[in-house]
Amino acid sequence: MTEVLTAAGLLTGSTFMLLAALGVVRLPDLLTRLHATTKAATLGVSLIMLSVAVHFAETAVVARALGIILFLMLTAPVAAHIIGRAGYFVGARLWDGTVKDELRPHYDPLTHRLRSGREEDDEPPAAPPHRD
Amino acid sequence: MSIVILFSLAVMSLALCLAFARLFRGPSLPDRVVALELFSSILVGIIGVVAIATDVAILLDVAIVMALMAFMATIGFARFLERGGPRDD
Repeated sequence: MTEVLTAAGLLTGSTFMLLAALGVVRLPDLLTRLHATTKAATLGVSLIMLSVAVHFAETAVVARALGIILFLMLTAPVAAHIIGRAGYFVGARLWDGTVKDELRPHYDPLTHRLRSGREEDDEPPAAPPHRD
Repeated sequence: MSIVILFSLAVMSLALCLAFARLFRGPSLPDRVVALELFSSILVGIIGVVAIATDVAILLDVAIVMALMAFMATIGFARFLERGGPRDD
């Protein structure tokens, strides 16, 4: 039983990793590539770590495997968000078929200021332009 | 069981090769950072499979350190890009 569970976890986990790598190679721009890696690779590592936990079935090993899964699930979205943000700042090209980029008309990539377009309605605060 | 382990190792090696293709080609630096992140995820998976294959549970500590270092590297690259990366437009 544990053999079957371990084998199933290994096979599906490695398949999801192959899917993530295929997505990284085939998808057209930075954000879609991020979408491929951060989800599929996390799922693949989680499945492999679950099969490691099933295979060893000791408390210390299971705790470590679950710790790896928890850590990956905590850090993968943060890392993807930060890389996507940095890519947008650097000016990474979007795919030609992108329907809408709602940030572009409101956001100044040089001064890192985001405006809503309603600033003249109320008194604009005389904030000095700052660069983060 | 050994066939399953061999097969999954082969599949993950193929995934490593594909990620390396993106790392080699990738038009901009963020694309390469994404490929590096995928690299580290696949390496964590490979370490898990090797831990099963050799029955050495200590290898999981290596996987933990690998995941941690990958996260730190990603944060570092992102900070570097935001601070002074060349604009591409």
